[in-house]
Amino acid sequence: MTGAPSSTWFSAAPHWGWLIVLYFFVGGLAGGSYFLAALIDLFGRRDDRPLAHVGYYIAFPCIALGGALLALDLTRPLRFWHMMIESNTYRPMFKIWSPMSAGVVALLMFGFFTFLSFLAALAEDGRIAWPGLRALRPPGLLGTVVAALGGSAGFYVAGYTGVLLAVTNRPIWSDTPLLGMLFVVSAASTSAALIMLIAHRAGLKTPALADLHRMDDWMLVLELLVVMAVVISLGSVARAWLNVWGVLLLIAIALGVIVPLVLSWRGRQRRQPWSVVTVTSLVLLGGFLLRLVIVFSSDAV
Amino acid sequence: MPEPMGFYTDTTVCIGCKACEVACKEWNQLPAANGGVNTLSGDSYDNTRRLDGMHWRHVKFIEQFPEDRKDGRWLLMSDVCKHCVNAACLEVCPTGAIIRTEFDTVVIQSNTCNGCRDCIAACPFGVIDINPVSNTAQKCTLCYDRLQGGLEPACSKACPTRSIQFGTIRELQGRAQKRVEQLHEMGENRAYLYGADDKMLGGLNSFYLLVDKPEVYNLPPDPKLPTRNLVPGSIFAVLGAIVVGLAGIFNFRNRGAGPATSLGAGGEARP
Repeated sequence: MTGAPSSTWFSAAPHWGWLIVLYFFVGGLAGGSYFLAALIDLFGRRDDRPLAHVGYYIAFPCIALGGALLALDLTRPLRFWHMMIESNTYRPMFKIWSPMSAGVVALLMFGFFTFLSFLAALAEDGRIAWPGLRALRPPGLLGTVVAALGGSAGFYVAGYTGVLLAVTNRPIWSDTPLLGMLFVVSAASTSAALIMLIAHRAGLKTPALADLHRMDDWMLVLELLVVMAVVISLGSVARAWLNVWGVLLLIAIALGVIVPLVLSWRGRQRRQPWSVVTVTSLVLLGGFLLRLVIVFSSDAV
Repeated sequence: MPEPMGFYTDTTVCIGCKACEVACKEWNQLPAANGGVNTLSGDSYDNTRRLDGMHWRHVKFIEQFPEDRKDGRWLLMSDVCKHCVNAACLEVCPTGAIIRTEFDTVVIQSNTCNGCRDCIAACPFGVIDINPVSNTAQKCTLCYDRLQGGLEPACSKACPTRSIQFGTIRELQGRAQKRVEQLHEMGENRAYLYGADDKMLGGLNSFYLLVDKPEVYNLPPDPKLPTRNLVPGSIFAVLGAIVVGLAGIFNFRNRGAGPATSLGAGGEARP
């Protein structure tokens, strides 16, 4: 193959398909939602606690679904445990320099924290008659530790997938070191959108909702900047997007970033309430399409 | 401890007979593609197309003919796993299925692999793929079972022109260097060794004598380890996390209106 813009053009596609795209999306939602919920818990006011519950209610099911998607994507799914335990020696399996190996450990840890916070939120909402579980939420020491560690693990889960793609030899993925950053920022924007959407549907009115909306706007601007940085860092490799995937990327950015920002800005200018359902749905769609393009466009090379 | 073993492939004497492919398939009991029904690729005599989980040897046919076809040449090359000294696949494998053997070769243990396919994306040469029979990632083992029994690999044993040579890396490097010098003396100044020294991934235990650019043989000119992106990728991800975190703290602490209410122990509001 002559004229290839990068040595990555000579590698083979791993055929990570829809299950992985979906995992990247729900994993990002889980990590981002937990992180935002922990922030609201740690820095918010009493009135904001129901909004944090929404984040915890999203995080646990999403990460449970993500784990199942990962196992299903294996060509030998029943051997998923080989990533946790060395099958020959039965010792723990961990390679810190392999993002997939480190990611599995992070997933387990994050799953544990999301489960604790999920139970605590249920207890606080009176859905579980075990008041002791409330101690797993801030502001107590135990709850603060759970939120801080879980929030950190959430960020790791949201971002390691981008680093995992970079630590390959595939076109686009390994031609830029910025995918981890992009996935972290996108996880924050999509998670804020999902929390706002669910809060809106549930009729929640808490002061932190406006903060979440403002933060989502900031994240969308940041996401736009990081996408531009990714394209610049790819250099001549970016020509791999001169096809239907590039068009889809533009659609993802237009629908998932620019239109929500414009709607949000116009809403503020005209002092009219912005359409929560429209804006948040577009952000979620954009986040999904972004991951779809990044995963599939490399396979198309 | 045996010396590092490997292949030296002299592409200038390959005749494209595919005996290596057949010997590999036969010894390793690799299944036929497409249920044994042959389909023509239309790409010269190359109907194997590429290395994958069922084809651990692949003879490439490169036709270099000008429009008028007055002059031209065939480039033939039997491709295989490079058994890199610094192996990308081994580096990323999250299950420990990929091991380095006592012969310094790289082998995938099929009973451990769970088919995550990280190694496929990591290999800079596109060597590995899923074998649809075992549903695990597979590639050339450099006939690990034969080596353990003191035999040479099936492909080099079957090669009728000694294009594929097997031996200790040190011995093969010396032999290959002499062959390059011989070709240069004969006027073939384009001859050079690909992956014979330690500059490329610490050295390829299966290296080649080529007479054109690596890209012409569908080989990467500058293969790299995937972990080159680990530190910068992680730093940028952490940087992103810090920015998001600070934005979150700033937003949730700075709401403006209303009296600040913090939470006391037990979740009770305190003024």
